[in-house]
Amino acid sequence: MNVQRKLMYAVLIVGAFLTIYPFLWMVGTAFKTLPEAGMQSLRLFPKVWQWENLTATFRAAPFGRYFFNSLLISGLVCFFVCLTSLMAGYAFARLRFPGRNVLFMITLFSMMVPFEAVFIPNFVLITKLGWYNSYFALIVPWCANAFSIFLMRQAFLGIPRDYYDAARMDGCGHLRFLFRIGVPLVKPMLVTVALFAFLGSYNALLWPLIVTADENMRVVQVGLTAFYGDAGTRLNLLMCASTVVILPSVALYILAQRHFVENALGSGIKG
Amino acid sequence: MLPFKQVSIVVNMITKIMVCCLHVPDRILGFLDDRLERLQRRGFGDLPGAVVLLFPGLFILALFILIPMVSTFYMSLFGGRHGTGAFVGFNNYLDAFRSHDFRQSLLVTIYYVLGVIPISLVLSFFVAFGLYRIRKFRGLLRSFYFLPYVTSAVASALIWRSLFNPQSGVVNMILGFFGAAPQQWLLEPRGVLHILSGGAIPASWGPSLALVCIILFDIWHSCGFSIVVFFAGFSSLPPEIEEAARMDGAERWRLLRHITLPLLSPTLFFLLVVGVIKAFQAFNSFYALTQGENMADRQNLILYIYAQFYQYGYWGYASAVAVLLMLAIVALTFLQWRILESRIHYE
Repeated sequence: MNVQRKLMYAVLIVGAFLTIYPFLWMVGTAFKTLPEAGMQSLRLFPKVWQWENLTATFRAAPFGRYFFNSLLISGLVCFFVCLTSLMAGYAFARLRFPGRNVLFMITLFSMMVPFEAVFIPNFVLITKLGWYNSYFALIVPWCANAFSIFLMRQAFLGIPRDYYDAARMDGCGHLRFLFRIGVPLVKPMLVTVALFAFLGSYNALLWPLIVTADENMRVVQVGLTAFYGDAGTRLNLLMCASTVVILPSVALYILAQRHFVENALGSGIKG
Repeated sequence: MLPFKQVSIVVNMITKIMVCCLHVPDRILGFLDDRLERLQRRGFGDLPGAVVLLFPGLFILALFILIPMVSTFYMSLFGGRHGTGAFVGFNNYLDAFRSHDFRQSLLVTIYYVLGVIPISLVLSFFVAFGLYRIRKFRGLLRSFYFLPYVTSAVASALIWRSLFNPQSGVVNMILGFFGAAPQQWLLEPRGVLHILSGGAIPASWGPSLALVCIILFDIWHSCGFSIVVFFAGFSSLPPEIEEAARMDGAERWRLLRHITLPLLSPTLFFLLVVGVIKAFQAFNSFYALTQGENMADRQNLILYIYAQFYQYGYWGYASAVAVLLMLAIVALTFLQWRILESRIHYE
């Protein structure tokens, strides 16, 4: 190993440490006693791990309920995004019909329009439908997105046409081909789409803030900001809550990363 | 990265459950396929199938993105509060340009975009290059760099608030080791140039220190994505590049500049366009880092729209600002396209 390579390792490791330092600090602080957490010190981890902080956090605010809401909403959003983008992606990649290019351009165009810029009419629509303060308001608008459709189209373009022709010989139509043969073939991309859909929904803040008011309808992100207002001075509990909120997304990422990091993202952009 | 057998079992289980969920019973699919087949034979081609497959996705997109675009514009023509006002034409737009707060939030957005995009692109390019050049611990290090991206901005922002806390935060403590004066960080409305120049530059010039902290936060929070995308770009380069890279230092720089960078230009372009769009719609980090204080020096356009809409109830006015934001994003995207498209090297 030459000097240059050692230097590169050193820089990368220091950078990685700085990147995850806030998380280490968070976990450490979460299980300190309150006086220890408030101290200005470089000591990352507690002298004695206070595991009961965890139960104290769940007692201080209804995080159980927040989690139920968040996981239910994100799970359903994830499922529906997979379904709609599989179908639309397949149609854009494999079917020939008039207006295909125009529709595809419109889909790409809607990628440019951030949800944050059009939430006002959406709010009006949701209240007119009577969905204010309901799960529908938090799920339905997110059930399709242009980027996922685009990614699935790229994935289906990568499947050789012969597969379809062969399946066709055996009397397989488009729908059965899509769900029986197509889905396993595009699995890596599907995992990517699912991961991003779940994270996007789980981490969303603006829309849940606007369409829910009831405490029982709060998702974890809204609950956490509210908790900051209530328990801002109890730093250890605040960090404990942050740890718990971050945990599902990190776990999901670790489980899914094998599938998406290299093949999926790379192939999605080059096409 | 994780060699444990259990993990791979769980991954397989989850993917299997997902695939199973998507296995709509065969009979329904078969039935639908037969119907589509019959229509196809009557000369409709793939059209019926396309309608069935595209309808759910495009319906949602149309209902919640495309139609609202038009209705945002329509709503922006009305005054008053909570959608009860009279038709005022383009007065909301004129009000916006006259409003000091609006111009300030536009300026904040511009500072933010100019801060986040270049730094995070350059940083992630070199980190990805480094990760691509090493073998050992590559997966582990890459996961570490990607970690902030998957975590919620709200939770991470709470950590940063504590680290930047003027009294108990670690940042001021480390500054103290080097003999530097403690700063107010996220609570500091004065300009960063003012502080760095020791007061020679007026406090109202340039981005405030609080805004710089938000920019740093978002660079940290979003870099992982660009790193992974750049890494995928490096990995897809032809292997001859790797062979040629075994030359001495000076040669390697020229290689990076004249061959690797042009080959990666589509990736760079993608990240630039997506990054600018995302930077314009940043909300979570601003909200979570500035919660409670409605300070003009750290209020971007989305926060401004949110405040006008949610706190004051000026639906028409907020819509007008939202239309301006949309126009800015669309214009910038097309501009980048026109300027940079010709310089991109596609294989």
